[in-house]
Amino acid sequence: MSPELLGLVLDATLETLYMVAAATLVGTVLGLPLGIFLATSGKGELFEAVTVNRALGLIVNATRSTPFIILVVAIIPFTRLVAGTSIGTTAAIVPLSIAATPFMARIVEAAIREVDHGLVEASLAMGATPLQIVRKVLIPEALPGLLLGITLGIVTLLSNSAMVGAVGGGGLGDLGIRYGYQRFMPEVMLLVVVVLIVLVQAVQSLGDRLARRVNHRLRRS
Amino acid sequence: MLQHALAAPGAAASPLHAAPDTPPKPIVASGYGDDPTRTPAARDAMIRLDAVSKHFAPRGSEAAVTALKDVSLAIPRGEIYGIIGPSGAGKSTLIRTVNGLERPSSGVVRVDGVVISGLDEAALRAERRKIGMIFQHFNLLSSRTAFANVALPLELAGLSRQAVRAKVMGLLDLVGLADKAERYPVELSGGQKQRVGIARALATDPKVLLSDEATSALDPETTRSILALLAQVNRDLGVTIMLITHEMAVIREVCHRVGVIEDGAIIEEGTVRDVFARPRTATARSFIGSLPGREPPPAIAARLTPSPEGARQTVLRLTLSGAAAGAPVISALARRLDIDVALLGGQVDSVGGEPFALLYLGVPTANWASGAVTSVLGEWDIRTEVIGHVA
Ligand SMILES: Nc1ncnc2c1ncn2[C@@H]1O[C@H](COP(=O)(O)OP(=O)(O)OP(=O)(O)O)[C@@H](O)[C@H]1O
Ligand SMILES: [Mg+2]
Repeated sequence: MSPELLGLVLDATLETLYMVAAATLVGTVLGLPLGIFLATSGKGELFEAVTVNRALGLIVNATRSTPFIILVVAIIPFTRLVAGTSIGTTAAIVPLSIAATPFMARIVEAAIREVDHGLVEASLAMGATPLQIVRKVLIPEALPGLLLGITLGIVTLLSNSAMVGAVGGGGLGDLGIRYGYQRFMPEVMLLVVVVLIVLVQAVQSLGDRLARRVNHRLRRS
Repeated sequence: MLQHALAAPGAAASPLHAAPDTPPKPIVASGYGDDPTRTPAARDAMIRLDAVSKHFAPRGSEAAVTALKDVSLAIPRGEIYGIIGPSGAGKSTLIRTVNGLERPSSGVVRVDGVVISGLDEAALRAERRKIGMIFQHFNLLSSRTAFANVALPLELAGLSRQAVRAKVMGLLDLVGLADKAERYPVELSGGQKQRVGIARALATDPKVLLSDEATSALDPETTRSILALLAQVNRDLGVTIMLITHEMAVIREVCHRVGVIEDGAIIEEGTVRDVFARPRTATARSFIGSLPGREPPPAIAARLTPSPEGARQTVLRLTLSGAAAGAPVISALARRLDIDVALLGGQVDSVGGEPFALLYLGVPTANWASGAVTSVLGEWDIRTEVIGHVA
């Protein structure tokens, strides 16, 4: 394979990392509070707000059930508004983030709901405020689950990021389609797939390691 | 067959679960010593419930539940008050009204004079810092070490790092876990976890400690050591303790007073000694009966007949408590009536910190029927029941 092609793959990898990192950041920053709220605003819960909870749940479900490629196209006007353009790597961050946020929110919600309700009771009995309970009890106790969830979110983003190639988003997926498929260069396609596999493996094992390190529920030998 | 012996011995045996005793005659030392200021009425209560009811609204197909019915209760300062009752009786609901985790549907809950049931959230949080709570499943944070778990309520209260450190080490020392400060809950035994729970509950120097089945997940030996720790906390720190259990052994071990709850209502109440010596309700009797050594020895029970007709031996159950616990009943009967007295079973124990004995004796039916046995036993404050007769 020529050095130019290798250079292309390297550039595409960096683009992918840039998109995924940015969307992970946005998705987590928005998804974490949203997920915590979803997990704590049901009936009889810390921040009880049943109607808001239901409305947000509906929006989250709607976003999650829209196929990503359709979402990308559907929100082009919004993307243009935010990024100034609807084409390119930076523009691709917008739909990626919008898809990542509800995904992260549901994962955060599940992790927070896993926390034993007895701990909330105990904290209330100590005179903790709801916000203190979130900061000092729910998040630390859910941390292993949160880290695994974010890992899953990043892996999903890696796969989604390959799709934004279809709208000129750049990155590995774009490269694979343009060179591997349209110009019929299977070795580029292969390399793209290998790089993606390596990235997913790296992210997953890093996530697993971190989650294990913060998990004190397991007895260490 | 259960007959109250102090009634005429010849009278027909009354059915099991007879009507409540005639009002028990006041016992000299009532568990409060001779100090009248220690009687519940004379001192203002630390915890006081007035006509507290709690209804849970119906949910879906489930019917509405009345968990508490018009419960009134006064727990004097510095006491250990036990609530015992069967599953679903409303014990947890009751204890949770004391720190406002549950709001009563009606009635008033006071702790140290403050009306808990009328506070807004912020004021309630401030009051909760003065009320510690421990739980059946410990409810420790798995992400925090023993030290950090005990530190949590202090962090919540906004104490400085140094203040937290000094306080926590003192507490871990108190519960005997100073060397386990850096251990995570998963590395601790059940008993050790509950000790951390107790240290955490005491962190903010509460006046009151609430214990909801705190020993129910522990084996009997660990239970004893945890109860001993609670008794020590009560004695040395003067913390008033309200504890909930479904085991009479727990009540016997540490409580001063006991309330029996059933179907959301307190059906019997008194000093542990009195309730043990003279249970008035079937529920209390069955809880006491479930203690080991309470039932007549099976070999004897199998041979009992209800009728004294033609019987040679009458089997009595004597309950000796407090000052009467050491009464030399066997030798007194033998010497004074010149009869043989068989010791068929029994146990000597301590209840509410006082000696308590339960004896199964066999005496000649003739001497029983003549009233001679009753008159000898009548010299002490002893509860005597006829269990049956042996031919
Ligand atoms: N939040 C709730 N909603 C509806 N019903 C409830 C609720 N909490 C308790 N109950 C009902 O109130 C009654 C008393 O419950 P509670 O938990 O106080 O019993 P308990 O004496 O502590 O029982 P256990 O020994 O099994 O813990 C039960 O019938 C229970 O189903
Ligand atoms: Mg309970």
